[in-house]
Amino acid sequence: MKDTPLSNCERDFLLKAIEEKKRLDGRQTYDYRKMKITFGTDYGCCFVDLGRTRVMAQVSGELVAPKENRPNEGIMFFNIELSPMASPAFEQGRQSELSVKLNRQLERCLRNSKCIDTESLCVVSGVKVWQIRVDVHMLNHDGNLMDAASIAAITALCHFKRPDVGIQGDEVTVYSPEERDPIPLSIYHMPISVSFSFFQQGTYLLVDPCEREERVMDGLLMIAMNKHREICSIQSSGGIMLLKEQVMRCSKIASVKVSEITELISKALENDKRARKAGGRCGFAESMPQERITALKTDETSVEMTDASETANDIVQKAEVPLQTVPSPVVPAPGVGQVGEGLQNTWGLEEEEDGDEEEEEQQMEEEQDEKEDSREGDVVEISDSEEEEVVILHPETQDKTSKKAASSSNQKGAETSKQRKKN
Amino acid sequence: MFSGLREKVGQVLVPGDEFCLEIPETLSLSEPMKPEKVLLGPGLKRKGDRKLLVVKSGVLRHKQPHVFWVENQQRRYVPARGETVIGIITVKSGDVFKVDVGGSEQASLSYLAFEGATKRNRPNVQVGDLVFAQFSVANQHMEPELVCVDSAGRANGMGVFGAGGLLFSVSLGLIRRLLRPRSDVLSDLQKLLPCELVVGMNGRLWARASSVQQTLVVSNLLQSCDTMSPPQRQQLFRRAAQGAL
Repeated sequence: MKDTPLSNCERDFLLKAIEEKKRLDGRQTYDYRKMKITFGTDYGCCFVDLGRTRVMAQVSGELVAPKENRPNEGIMFFNIELSPMASPAFEQGRQSELSVKLNRQLERCLRNSKCIDTESLCVVSGVKVWQIRVDVHMLNHDGNLMDAASIAAITALCHFKRPDVGIQGDEVTVYSPEERDPIPLSIYHMPISVSFSFFQQGTYLLVDPCEREERVMDGLLMIAMNKHREICSIQSSGGIMLLKEQVMRCSKIASVKVSEITELISKALENDKRARKAGGRCGFAESMPQERITALKTDETSVEMTDASETANDIVQKAEVPLQTVPSPVVPAPGVGQVGEGLQNTWGLEEEEDGDEEEEEQQMEEEQDEKEDSREGDVVEISDSEEEEVVILHPETQDKTSKKAASSSNQKGAETSKQRKKN
Repeated sequence: MFSGLREKVGQVLVPGDEFCLEIPETLSLSEPMKPEKVLLGPGLKRKGDRKLLVVKSGVLRHKQPHVFWVENQQRRYVPARGETVIGIITVKSGDVFKVDVGGSEQASLSYLAFEGATKRNRPNVQVGDLVFAQFSVANQHMEPELVCVDSAGRANGMGVFGAGGLLFSVSLGLIRRLLRPRSDVLSDLQKLLPCELVVGMNGRLWARASSVQQTLVVSNLLQSCDTMSPPQRQQLFRRAAQGAL
């Protein structure tokens, strides 16, 4: 089955919104969606929710013969499954381009960064080593699969415990968890991938793109980094030219995001450990809220309403609103990367300032409105010396297709046809 | 007859629930026999001679005198004749357009099915455009067919549209609530901010307000009130009106 096509109107709207520094879900440019990490009942099972993107990782271990050129190293194996459950665009059982790309990136992120001590996975040199297999299943696709997959994989690896092994002479015994406590893997560091999408040849940059943003983006930059600010892998796709400053800026943002995410992961691991120790109920099934068919889900979409208070007056204002100074979209000179240096996001700041200005204007205009209102009561005509202008915004919707809009636009018309004084 | 059905109005039913037709045991000879009718809406199906089967989960609704249906919140759209939907043009081939309507199959839309279109005067439709159209053919055996004219050959609001707005999808239940006469969701929204809405029965909504920000607000509000009860929704809208979100 084919995916829903992206309409031209969505594309245009998204690009326009990005130019205005707005995102579909009300996030700021550098914000991640809400992240939730839960664990399964078994060791090594991890679910990651990133907004509506949902990924499951399961780690399993197996005793195998080692590779010939590395007789005393364990084997890591990564596998990403894109099932049609995640998105109708994914096909069952076929290696798509996307899945190869994600698999490769995950391998580079986790295996090539040598974050796992493979030598400790050796049981008998040249004969038996542990093969650790990480299966990542996509459960729902709403963009940024790579970040979710990398977080799920590394968290599952941290959570995983392999059975203890004893060697007596030539005999290798694998102990069940009841006989001996299972052993966690030794993990040196946690590489986490952070995705940046670029729009309009790299003019605009967004962190953690959602599915629709991914569809209109020009290029993607994935940086895998650990909390020590060491870059584990970096990959740019989409064929856009990036400046050195842009990459530097992205790496600074990535370092902030990675430290936040690492903290979240360790907190989640800690919570799970405590729950298991206390012998309480833990695992995926317990983490799910009780949902009945009739229960109303209370997940709210976050709405950014920074200028909602002005909505009433906005149309009236429109005639006089000065040109907004759009903050320069070009990435500033090196050293201005604010996020990495503990400063605040300039884009957000400028927006707030704009808001303040607008509010002031609004107040002034309200005062004017009041004056006018008082004047409207009088029958006396205002002298001609004062310039007057009538602004009537015609409801454009009358000839449009909307059936529903008619009443609302009439309301709009009524509001706007108020006489307004210029000066 | 079907008094069981009347009792269940307003309650939740699940697929597989059955209702039986009771036949009065004694027939009065003096009064004339009055045949009693029951009209079944979506979600209810007749099974055999005197049984009713529920095929969708949701709340049973009733309209005087004898219409019953199950109100549900599904997201999957099944084309039905006469419904107006928002489609996305995917292919332009020869004299038909292929339109994605969110159903299992793409619908076809003839280029002659636009107002004022003739063989020479073709409508200007590009791949990726949105059309508001009506199903003229929709059954399980045939490819669904759309038209952008009514029986009088007038556009009547249908046709290509969509510049400057945002398309998003919600559940079919919310769409029906929006299309209801004197819809409460719509009146709440109207009070909040003026906007232009196109409502497709296939769960797609297109909104445009005076600015990008406000369009986003409208879309987010509508998406989030999908699963809310009226008091919750009113609270959300009140907060939105105060700009607290």
